[in-house]
Amino acid sequence: MNSLLSLRSVSVDLGATRALDSVSLTVNAGEIVAILGPNGAGKTSLMRAALGLIGAKGVIALGDADPRTLSARDRALRAAYLPQRPQSIWPVKVAALVALGRFAHGAAPDRLALRDQAAVDAAIEACSLGSLQHRGMDELSGGEKARAHLARALAQHAPLLLLDEPIAGLDPAQALGVAEVLQSHAAAGGGAVFSTHDIAFAAGTAHRVVLMKSGRVIAEGPAIEALTPAALESAYGRPARLERIGDDFAAIFER
Amino acid sequence: MSASLRTTLALAALSLVAVFAALWLGPVALENPFANDEATRTIVFDIRLPRALSAWLAGAALGLSGAALQGLLRNPLADSGVLGLSGFAALGAVIAFAFGFATFAPLMAVLFALGAAIIVTTLGWASRGPASLVLIGVGLSSFAGGLIALALNLAPNPGALSDLVNWTLGSVEGRSMQHVALAATLLAIGAALIFAAARGLQALTLGEESAAAVGANLSSTRALVVLGAAACTGGATAVAGIIGFVGIAAPHLVRALAGHDPARLLLPSAFAGGALLVCADIVVRLLPTDTELKLGVAAALIGGPVFALIAARLASRGGDA
Repeated sequence: MNSLLSLRSVSVDLGATRALDSVSLTVNAGEIVAILGPNGAGKTSLMRAALGLIGAKGVIALGDADPRTLSARDRALRAAYLPQRPQSIWPVKVAALVALGRFAHGAAPDRLALRDQAAVDAAIEACSLGSLQHRGMDELSGGEKARAHLARALAQHAPLLLLDEPIAGLDPAQALGVAEVLQSHAAAGGGAVFSTHDIAFAAGTAHRVVLMKSGRVIAEGPAIEALTPAALESAYGRPARLERIGDDFAAIFER
Repeated sequence: MSASLRTTLALAALSLVAVFAALWLGPVALENPFANDEATRTIVFDIRLPRALSAWLAGAALGLSGAALQGLLRNPLADSGVLGLSGFAALGAVIAFAFGFATFAPLMAVLFALGAAIIVTTLGWASRGPASLVLIGVGLSSFAGGLIALALNLAPNPGALSDLVNWTLGSVEGRSMQHVALAATLLAIGAALIFAAARGLQALTLGEESAAAVGANLSSTRALVVLGAAACTGGATAVAGIIGFVGIAAPHLVRALAGHDPARLLLPSAFAGGALLVCADIVVRLLPTDTELKLGVAAALIGGPVFALIAARLASRGGDA
């Protein structure tokens, strides 16, 4: 199978804190993987290490290359990254922000070749931003901004999507829209890794979940198998269970 | 036609009109600045044209470097004056003048501006709010001011002191075509470096981490802008002394007309800075004062309140750290 990302015994130290402790993970083409865990579990460090954005020990392969040896452009052609708090420092138009996703393809936001324009248009449509594309980023709601940043990542046309909490702050309908975007990306042969605190969303969207605590992976696999009450309690420190309801899931934490 | 191109063309036209007005207007009234008599030719081509071109080039260099530094540091309060580049450039030139190496003044101005640019971008790269960056700049400027005073204090030739003090106040009075050539050369070098960083500045709209993730080479962007801003500021300061606030005001005015894309702000900001400084120089020449008001003083008198206004608006929007 075509591996888009492979981590083998990867560790990250942030100052005196071990943020990742010998983590291994593989993401194949066509797969969606959700990273779960409490605050400080190492979810963001895992994504940043996967991109080579922070120093890490261990073996990392982004496609067929170590991201730490790749140029920024080559890395961007392999993986698109949506950070936890995406920024738009200047209030540029939505379409211009999405077009920045074409940077690695050599495009400037106001001079897009047909191929780049098509990618931007498709990303805008996939994120339902058609009516907002000529608005400034400072005129959008929090959810609309999040969709614009997701569209920017999609426009990058990288095989792998690394999305750090892409549904934080989104209403349930918009979150389902994100799930559909990920599923169509995977169906087209891409792969996606996303982190979230919404266990039910992760279980319903991802093919596999990775449950982390204190920089370590404590459970991995299809949600219904990996997220046992014992694993959830171990990660979150409270009795909890995952229940299947038809095709969907509910995560229940005891009060 | 894009808003940026429209704005650039309008500001280029305004620059031409301003330079023409600078040839025509002045303490000596000229009916026709292109009249073929020797007195008019001397006034226009030996005095007013080099002065107007020096003002335009210094303003363009400061406007361009201001727009580039704002894009790099993602901070609308950044410019060569606020960040201490102008102060350090002046320090370099003052040391050269005061100790009898006037030929090396432009080189010293560029090198000292480069030193300040490296310090401020290194310290300011991780600063997340306008206030902390401005504080770094204030510290550097104050330090440069203290060192300029020390250099003047220790200058072996006290007779040159008055000239030096006047020069640090900022002026384009009495400039020649040699000054124009120097400012133009350094502006051309600075502009080439800064425009090479334009796409990186666009990517930095996303913040540092996302800019790197979309494929921008941030080390290269940073090096190009730092070198370009140092060349522009060094050239402007070597020719016109310390001129503050043009680098803040020009991009700020242009954003209202051309939008916020950092790459598309560069060229119109250069034209806006040039036109602003030529217009300001016309005003100081026409003011009925016994001693001509220095251009740098006029820029500070107008620019100081503008700076405070921008900072207040940013703070009210929660843009401050």
